[in-house]
Amino acid sequence: MISVSGFLGQIFAIALALLLAPLLSGWVGQCRAWLQSRTAPPLLLPYYMLHKLFHKDVVLAHGASSLFRAAPFIVFGCMVLACAIIPSLSTDLPLAPAADAIALVGVFGLARIFISLAAMDVGTSFGSLGGRREMLVGFLAEPALLMVIFTLAMIAQSTSVATIVETLAHREFVIFPSLAFAGIAFTMVSLAENARVPVDNPATHLELTMIHEAMILEYSGRHLALIEWASSLKLYAYSCLGLAFFFPWGIAERDNFMALLAAIPLLLFKLAIGGFLLAGIETVSAKMRIFRAPEFLGTAFLLAVLGLLVRLMLESRV
Amino acid sequence: MLSLLPIDTLLIAACAWLAIGLLGLVAPRNLRFISKTLFPLGALVGVLVGLVALGSLGEAPETAVLVIGLPDLPFHLRLDNLSAVFALLLGFVPVGISIYAAGYFRKGEGTAPGVLCLEYHVFLASMLLVLLADDAYAFMVAWESMALSSFFLVTTNHQHAEIRRAGFLYLLIAHVGAISILLSFGVMTGGAGDYTFAGMRAQQLSPFWASAAFLLALVGFGAKAGLVPLHVWLPEAHPAAPSPVSAMMSGVMLKTAIYGLLRVSFDLVGTPLWWWGVVALAVGLVTALFGVLYSTVQSDMKRLLAYSSIENIGLIAVGIGLTLIFHAYRMEALAALAMTAVLYHCLAHSAFKSLLFLCTGSVLHATKERSLGKLGGLIHRMPWVAWLALAGVIASVGLPPLSGFVSEWMLLQAFLFSPGLPHPWLNMVVPVAAALVVFVAALAGFAMVKFYGIIFLGQMREPGLKDAHDAGPWEKFGLAWLALITLLLGILPSTVISRIDAATRQLLGTGLADKLHEQGWWMLAPMSPERASYEPLIFLVTIAATLLLGRWLVRHLYHGRVRRTAAWDCGYWFQGPRAQDTAEGFSQPIRRIFEPMFRMERHFPTARDSKPYYSVKVEDHFWHWLYLPVARLVNAISGLVTAVQGGRIAIYLLYSFITLLILLLVARP
Repeated sequence: MISVSGFLGQIFAIALALLLAPLLSGWVGQCRAWLQSRTAPPLLLPYYMLHKLFHKDVVLAHGASSLFRAAPFIVFGCMVLACAIIPSLSTDLPLAPAADAIALVGVFGLARIFISLAAMDVGTSFGSLGGRREMLVGFLAEPALLMVIFTLAMIAQSTSVATIVETLAHREFVIFPSLAFAGIAFTMVSLAENARVPVDNPATHLELTMIHEAMILEYSGRHLALIEWASSLKLYAYSCLGLAFFFPWGIAERDNFMALLAAIPLLLFKLAIGGFLLAGIETVSAKMRIFRAPEFLGTAFLLAVLGLLVRLMLESRV
Repeated sequence: MLSLLPIDTLLIAACAWLAIGLLGLVAPRNLRFISKTLFPLGALVGVLVGLVALGSLGEAPETAVLVIGLPDLPFHLRLDNLSAVFALLLGFVPVGISIYAAGYFRKGEGTAPGVLCLEYHVFLASMLLVLLADDAYAFMVAWESMALSSFFLVTTNHQHAEIRRAGFLYLLIAHVGAISILLSFGVMTGGAGDYTFAGMRAQQLSPFWASAAFLLALVGFGAKAGLVPLHVWLPEAHPAAPSPVSAMMSGVMLKTAIYGLLRVSFDLVGTPLWWWGVVALAVGLVTALFGVLYSTVQSDMKRLLAYSSIENIGLIAVGIGLTLIFHAYRMEALAALAMTAVLYHCLAHSAFKSLLFLCTGSVLHATKERSLGKLGGLIHRMPWVAWLALAGVIASVGLPPLSGFVSEWMLLQAFLFSPGLPHPWLNMVVPVAAALVVFVAALAGFAMVKFYGIIFLGQMREPGLKDAHDAGPWEKFGLAWLALITLLLGILPSTVISRIDAATRQLLGTGLADKLHEQGWWMLAPMSPERASYEPLIFLVTIAATLLLGRWLVRHLYHGRVRRTAAWDCGYWFQGPRAQDTAEGFSQPIRRIFEPMFRMERHFPTARDSKPYYSVKVEDHFWHWLYLPVARLVNAISGLVTAVQGGRIAIYLLYSFITLLILLLVARP
């Protein structure tokens, strides 16, 4: 049964995700500015933004329906659930068995469907353009992500995220070639899924190149705040997932609050490095044309399948 | 006190459906009596069928022999667990469809309502008899009644030429399939002349003949289910039929074909060979991929759904293939997992696809429009239909926490075990097939966002849509019923699986229920919780709690003010409904990426056109590669025959005379 400390730990993990996610976005923005020799925005900029947006009135278009108003809350809920499932601090949390890695991809899929539908709701040309492109990226990225998960699941003999992380953390230090393929594919998918360069540009003002920004063009006030927060939660979730899969050391495995606290500094350190690398990737690569995105994601998919094949052919006796 | 066995109750239910149908002939033009009395009565019978099937799950098989039939071959009937699972679906899903139909049919649309009522209920009764039949003769009689009654239902609006054409295409392929099924039964009797299923089970066929029986059954049932390349009737017949009929065909009738395939390959033909599974898996993958790609590029909402049904049948065939492979290698626990995924997907698909087809019916009635490009913004006028359709869309994309996800999840779990297969290359090829399954599931998302977004969201593309009205109370009830089934199948997977497990146990000798009972009812962990687990209820509760808490917090800490204004026009004054994506525009990326998969005829406007227009027509390769050559061959052969057939009686008499002469010469004593 759920213990009190487990419950507290779960609440704590969610609260930490809610707090840290905008900070991570701010940190990536700051690193990007440094690398591009611009004056860096304040680290806490995303918090000011959220606060400002929550204060503002919601300006709804005449054609906005109930789905448009419900979508930000649903997307936010999906991301909170995703952050609660992913073992950022501990693998022994009460919500961990609620969804395995496949269901986790399902949560992201659910959020994507809602945000794309909301984008089509007002009926402007940019909205439906964004929704269509988002679904395009989605149907290419989702299989690649699942293939990465399949490779890991075959190593761990389980699709439960907690079991995968525990297995990977305790294996002898052997380099699995399949993990390398899976890691590269996962990075490429994360870039696409989080609307980063080279697939999308989070800071763009050119409508024709936008995907994510085109979808949320009609949102304002608290709705926009929730969507922005959900996007940073998604970045946080993907970062934590990548860290947990490929650098699983230092994550608590017992139902113990102190172990949870002890895991925080290492998580912060790993996130800071990860955010810096993300900014680095975004600085050295250029935004692709939208029709190059299928090639990019197709490569990710093939790499992931290759990882799976390598696992099946070379490592099945390891 | 007379105690009724479940099988007797089901027989009575079938007779009740027939009787309700015949009552429709008493006053064939009295729409009020037929729709408000007879169709709801039919729905009540459906509830009875569903409850009886539910009660008989896990019980020992029951048999009955009817007095009717051929002189020395009376109808044998048998209710076992496999029949019961499909009878469950045949009971509960038509309840929603019948109630919906009570509010759907209008005056002056094609066939008289009474005749329609007869066809509809004969269709239901014959499907029930298909599930109960225990000899080849009874099965074929029921199967043909099902095909014929559904043919007449498809051609309800027979005054249109294209609907008649669709109906004949359906009839033709149904009969090609029926011949194949008949031959398969013939092979399975092994020449012993015993046409009962019990006799077929007793036969020990050689691998060659067993394979022949399996392949014939795959072709025969595949034609009914819509496996590539015998799928062409689906996208023609579904748009042609009235929506409740499309819902019934797609939701329920396709599943009788799956039932037949399961019955033959796991029950009648004996131990399967591993390569049957590979064939089913390959055909299923091609079907799923083909179906989903074509569904993304359709512009007619019912054709889109028809192709999506092809995709789902493909996924079911993939599951059957995987079950066959595991079963052939005696890995029964894994076979049980894949089989459960198959049965679950049958239940899930039958509810959500019926729901979506019925929603298109409401849209069609409200707008008189089937083409996606002329719809839009209907969520404002039809909020009920729109929100209930959303449940169907999410289930159909296979997303948590609704029903489609559960079966896809179990299918993927089964794939994850396939590296353990003791075969040198299967253990590498089969896991990679999972990549294609995942790809199909993700593309289904694209198709469904297109379907929902273009119909219900955005601005209204035609001015006439302003007068659209929401569905009536009967229709709403039917839709809500199916949405409820979809929700329950989504959030209570363990409860459902522990009921339908009896069928898996019957076919494979082992099931999943023991492992499920170790965990709570809210958790689905078919192997072990360490291996994989999924708790849809927690899922739903967490998202709902965050949603409500978030809303409450935002309102209290900040405010809930809303202003309405025009949408931002990017500084461009013209932002009419025409600026939105059309159905063709939405699927343009797919057409571009998968260009070789489609046969397209496009017309592009040039700069000098006084009336520029753009058109794109996507056609099925199979028409040109397979069907038209076959049609030409048939025409050529019949051309040869016409040369012999002069049409004058003197010539035929001459033929008889010559034949007689030859016989006299040859057959001299």
